[in-house]
Amino acid sequence: MSPSTESGSIDWEYAPAPESEAIGRVKDRYLPFIDGKFIEGGGDDLVTINPGRGEPLSTVSTVDEADLDTAVRAARRAYEGPWSKLSGAERGKYLFRIARGIAERSRELAVLESLDNGKPIKETRDFDVPTAAQHFFYHAGWADKLGHLGYGPDPRPLGVAGQVIPWNFPLLMAAWKIGPALAAGNTVVIKPAETTPLSALVLAEIIADADLPPGVVNVVTGAGDIGAALVGHPGLDKVAFTGSTAVGKQIQQTLAGTGRKLTLELGGKGANIVFADAAIDQAVEGIVNGIFFNSGQVCCAGSRLLVQEPIAEELITRLIERTETLRVGDPLDKNTDVGAINSRAQWNKITELTQAGIDEGAQVWRSSCPLPDKGFFVSPTIFTGATQTMRIAREEIFGPVLSVITFRTPDEALAKANNSPYGLSAGVWTEKGSRAMAMAARLQAGVIWDNTWNKFDPASPFGGYQESGFGREGGPAGLAAYLDTDDEAVIK
Amino acid sequence: MPETAIKAAGSPFGDVVADETRLRRFLDGLPGVDPVALEQRAASLATRSIKKQSKLTAIDLAISMVDLTTLEGADTPGKVRNLVRKGLLPDPDRPDTPSVAAVCIYPDLVPVAAQALAGSDNTTGRKINIASVATAFPSGRAASEVKIADVRSAVQAGADEIDMVIDRGAFLAGRYGKVYDEIVAIKEAAGPARLKVILETGELATYDNVRKASWLALLAGGDFIKTSTGKVSPAATLPVTHVMLQAVRDWKRLTGEQRAVKPAGGIRTAKDAIRYLVAVREVAGPEWLDPYWFRFGASSLLNDLIMQRRTQLEGHYWGGDYVTVD
Repeated sequence: MSPSTESGSIDWEYAPAPESEAIGRVKDRYLPFIDGKFIEGGGDDLVTINPGRGEPLSTVSTVDEADLDTAVRAARRAYEGPWSKLSGAERGKYLFRIARGIAERSRELAVLESLDNGKPIKETRDFDVPTAAQHFFYHAGWADKLGHLGYGPDPRPLGVAGQVIPWNFPLLMAAWKIGPALAAGNTVVIKPAETTPLSALVLAEIIADADLPPGVVNVVTGAGDIGAALVGHPGLDKVAFTGSTAVGKQIQQTLAGTGRKLTLELGGKGANIVFADAAIDQAVEGIVNGIFFNSGQVCCAGSRLLVQEPIAEELITRLIERTETLRVGDPLDKNTDVGAINSRAQWNKITELTQAGIDEGAQVWRSSCPLPDKGFFVSPTIFTGATQTMRIAREEIFGPVLSVITFRTPDEALAKANNSPYGLSAGVWTEKGSRAMAMAARLQAGVIWDNTWNKFDPASPFGGYQESGFGREGGPAGLAAYLDTDDEAVIK
Repeated sequence: MPETAIKAAGSPFGDVVADETRLRRFLDGLPGVDPVALEQRAASLATRSIKKQSKLTAIDLAISMVDLTTLEGADTPGKVRNLVRKGLLPDPDRPDTPSVAAVCIYPDLVPVAAQALAGSDNTTGRKINIASVATAFPSGRAASEVKIADVRSAVQAGADEIDMVIDRGAFLAGRYGKVYDEIVAIKEAAGPARLKVILETGELATYDNVRKASWLALLAGGDFIKTSTGKVSPAATLPVTHVMLQAVRDWKRLTGEQRAVKPAGGIRTAKDAIRYLVAVREVAGPEWLDPYWFRFGASSLLNDLIMQRRTQLEGHYWGGDYVTVD
């Protein structure tokens, strides 16, 4: 027996395996959800785009400031009325219902999210939707235990929370925000991003089906002006924002002196630090996951790879080979690894920063995977020979673009990793546990992953340092951000 | 780093196998395997959706990669003759179905298989290999001379391929030199037959050990690295096969020389087999998608492949009664 062909290989390509678009049940028109009803908003309609094709997907009615007032007043009534008076066990029942509703409609939500956001169905199906349900399940369990777990004898809800969420994980961010707010007894006015409002509005349907009292959750639609009007609304007791650092700073200015509580989850420039003794094949997997998951449109993306010099060449070779196997394309294809960029605007920003990297003299490598003719796609891109002074090493690109920097000693790695105005995520790859722990103690980041990346769990707090924001989401610390506790220092 | 370590040790590999100390230092210096991330990657690749023509191609490829196996104390000459016929023509109703790669049997039955295969080239236009387990399979617990004699007799009787087992006792005790020497001796005794080195990964227990044993077998000249005897649980798993595919990929990167991989045991369905092929394609590379470079050690897998093949071609599922049981 001998190899069948010269190269020893046959031509075995994967046939397209698209998930059916009909499962997403996309409607022609969506309405904001205010005071328990889906109503026509007073603002101009907006058209949401399917980034995988660059074509319109659906139309959404948006709210005006009068609608916003109605929503905040409805939330206040719901808070004063039934919601804050309910026992924790009763609130928990509603949250469990929402969680089950998400699980029941999980296939629909996965397809809808992929269509509206552009991320691959593999991610919405296996990560976004199940993790969103998990957040409601987790917080449902907390609702009746708040008085017994370290928040002081009588933790109280804050009141009405205004929440503004980003477009990169539309459903999951809604779950992160709504779950703890309701579990703690608050009511909510939440605004999804203008480019990805659909899954939050389907979540509103699930919430309506769960028979929540009117006004407990209000979903308002619109662009940045509505977001600004919401966070500045005097009827709120608490503001939670996830998004860009620039907007976060504006919000903090708006709220200064008002006494309203604020949590911000902003940008990042995560350092993924690989030591020479790392489990190299898995480190490569972690790097790929860190920067190409959701096309790098992740605030905690591992967008800076810091690799120890002795293995730099070998690691980069392996990383490039592995990245070359990523399948970029139709977000609905079950075999797609990297989907579309969410919007033309974001595509432009990534393209501009990538060009800046080339102009500044870093060596660029791009995957040869063919891109679809239509839609917003960027090839996975790796810059080697990046230095701390380059824009690609300092600014958040929010795209599938990795900057590789080398280091020699642990101190040098720490100095470079911490040399950023951000401080959201970091990772350490080493087979030596003591080194990982020592690094973790000195890295200035809210989340530090040891030999892994992008591990999320509702029980684990998530949040940043410095310009990555403040406050935590998830776990007991995340709930504390929605509670008026006797001693705020109790839970850290 | 294999690369860094090998460079340090000097090339070719003569230096790292010069004595037990250097061999141990080399194997212990291989990069570790992180089990959590490895299993996550294996699970994620297993979600690939293989449909339509690519499924049919994969099924035919998988059939051509089967080492159709019977390794029972109760095996009979009749069962082996039947196995040979089935391997040559897995689905007589559909003669376009490819033959398997080999039959895999105990050494004393090799003459029976050789006789059954004699002239098959002329009568059927098809040929399959005879693979024989040897070296006191499955435990490997015999004196080296006995193992070598076992191999010689199988080759003399007509075996094209020898499936040996490593001395797991010596490996787990860190006596890598003994394991190495034995593989070298068996390789010599096997002569022209291709040598599959069974690591018995279920007994090695850790992925780090699987990586070390893979490199040990490659250094000693094994043509294949093979997961399991099928007599120990767990047998082949996707993550273990990933580690072995990484080993042959790295070996080729460093030496330019390609070696083969064979998972065996526990792969029963076409769906399982396709998941392995996806791993071969994406971990080692498409150049391993060839029966010369990748095999499945299996018995019941072939029937499921045949049934799924019919389903693909005819659009409906045939029950198990329409394929032969042996």
